[in-house]
Amino acid sequence: MTLSHLLSERAAAAVDVRRAARTSKVSGGVLLALVVLLAALPYVVFSDVTDTLVNFFVLVALAGMWNLLAGFGGLVSVGQQAFIGIGAYSVIALADLGVQPYLAVPLAALTCVVFAVPTSWLAFRLRGDYFAVGTWVIAEVYRLLVVRIDALGGASGKGLSGLSGLDPALRGALTYWVALTLTLATVGGCYLLLRGRVGLSLMAVRDEETAASAAGIDVTRAKRIVYLVSAAGCGAAGGVITVSSLSVNPDAIFNVQWSAYMIFIVVIGGIGFIEGPLIGAVVFFALQQLLADFGSWYLVILGVVGIAAARWLPGGLWGLVRDRTGLSLFPVGYHVRTGDVR
Amino acid sequence: MAEPLLRLESLSKSFGQVTVAKDLALSLDPGEALGIVGPNGAGKTSLFAMISGDLRPDAGTVWLDGRDVTGVPPHARTRAGIGRTYQVPRPFTHLSVFENVLVCAHQGAGLHGKQAWSQAMDVLERTGLADLANTAAGRLTLLQRKRLEVARALGTGPRLLLLDEVAGGLTEPEVAELVEVIRRLHAEGLGIVWIEHVVHALVKTVARMICLAGGDVVADGEPVAVLADAKVRELYLGAGPETGLTDEEGS
Repeated sequence: MTLSHLLSERAAAAVDVRRAARTSKVSGGVLLALVVLLAALPYVVFSDVTDTLVNFFVLVALAGMWNLLAGFGGLVSVGQQAFIGIGAYSVIALADLGVQPYLAVPLAALTCVVFAVPTSWLAFRLRGDYFAVGTWVIAEVYRLLVVRIDALGGASGKGLSGLSGLDPALRGALTYWVALTLTLATVGGCYLLLRGRVGLSLMAVRDEETAASAAGIDVTRAKRIVYLVSAAGCGAAGGVITVSSLSVNPDAIFNVQWSAYMIFIVVIGGIGFIEGPLIGAVVFFALQQLLADFGSWYLVILGVVGIAAARWLPGGLWGLVRDRTGLSLFPVGYHVRTGDVR
Repeated sequence: MAEPLLRLESLSKSFGQVTVAKDLALSLDPGEALGIVGPNGAGKTSLFAMISGDLRPDAGTVWLDGRDVTGVPPHARTRAGIGRTYQVPRPFTHLSVFENVLVCAHQGAGLHGKQAWSQAMDVLERTGLADLANTAAGRLTLLQRKRLEVARALGTGPRLLLLDEVAGGLTEPEVAELVEVIRRLHAEGLGIVWIEHVVHALVKTVARMICLAGGDVVADGEPVAVLADAKVRELYLGAGPETGLTDEEGS
């Protein structure tokens, strides 16, 4: 017993903890190269390509935010369109007040946090299925409130002022870069959040809520952090949608279809991992482009793919890759290195 | 006289017709080790849930160090010094064994950086899990999961440790190892409340034992005396729990 006690003291003194997995240096380089390539794209391709990619970036950001919400907070929301809408209308309103529309995008994220705080008081009183339905109802309430405000264009929506003076080519490129920044900010934000102390708590909450509170984690606080971050991201995405389409329509922006897209992408990509929404968005976007000519069959096929993924791939596509290769593009874990520990 | 570490005052709880605590009173001194036995459905696990905050009593008060914690949520009770294990292990399956304990050192014990790392590693050494530090908790065997429950509770830096059937399902040598770990923790001054069907493990560890039945304390005292008590023997189908064997009692 004395011997093991001595050993334990020596091991504790020699504890050496690393944050990165083996693969992460390589993957970091590849990701950096990819970002540089994407940033240079407006100089080398036609604007229809970059315009299409704006939609893709928005979907990546939205899915990342839903993944944070449902995959880490256990908050299965079908009402994130509330914050997409609030973000979009924030950009419209701020532009009317004379704020440069591109600068209004990050401000839209802030507006959404302001709205998300009281919304969370209401929504967090609901659990599970009731939370899901409740968030949808809240989104509808926000839509109904917005269409009553004449200054925001009422039921017919409103155009964005402040960008008409710009050359279309420059505007397209700027919008593209703003959208790329949004995606990098949401993915990078998730990574930094999950790498820290809060992140480890969030992953514990994801895995086992009851045990998480026994570990000393304030589960409600953890969920509120996730909810507010997700609202901010969705709000900024709503802002990007507005600067890209130059107008907003209440029925389109507050549409539950946004939530359907987010859920679909996260489910096929892999819930609870940063990489999941990235891979899911690529697949979803490819399906969307391939099936664009098939009319309503497009939705039927999407539905079948979604059900199949949920049924046979509980970890999504990324879960499959991860189990086979042990790969991690965004290592958030800890690796203990002591003499006898593998 | 010193303030008791834990004091339960006329605690009552029922789920419809089923009473899990009936005007229950109990007190534990700092550093004391208490064993709890009793037939299934006696209210043992519910009692733990009320001490740790997972379950709110219908009436009564829970005192920790002279502070009324009845309305305090579970995470704050952990931070106040109550570490608990679950009868059915609840590991954070996608986190490594080290991360499972580290999150407890961060949030439960309020430690930062290297201090949290060495507390986590120290706890893993004590509970015999150090070699598995980088293994995902979802891949652990039952014994390892039970050890992880103890490790996580210790990671929160508790003054009161609640153990819920941590010896159940273990082999004889494994039980002996576990008893040694818990005896050492007790010797270092940790207050322990241990629910266990493996009675001989309890007898070797605790100086005091209570028997719960129908949500009430039917016997309280020195372990051998409690086990010899007529009411306790009657609860165990008239035979009395075997103190030298690993029988699953009271089923």
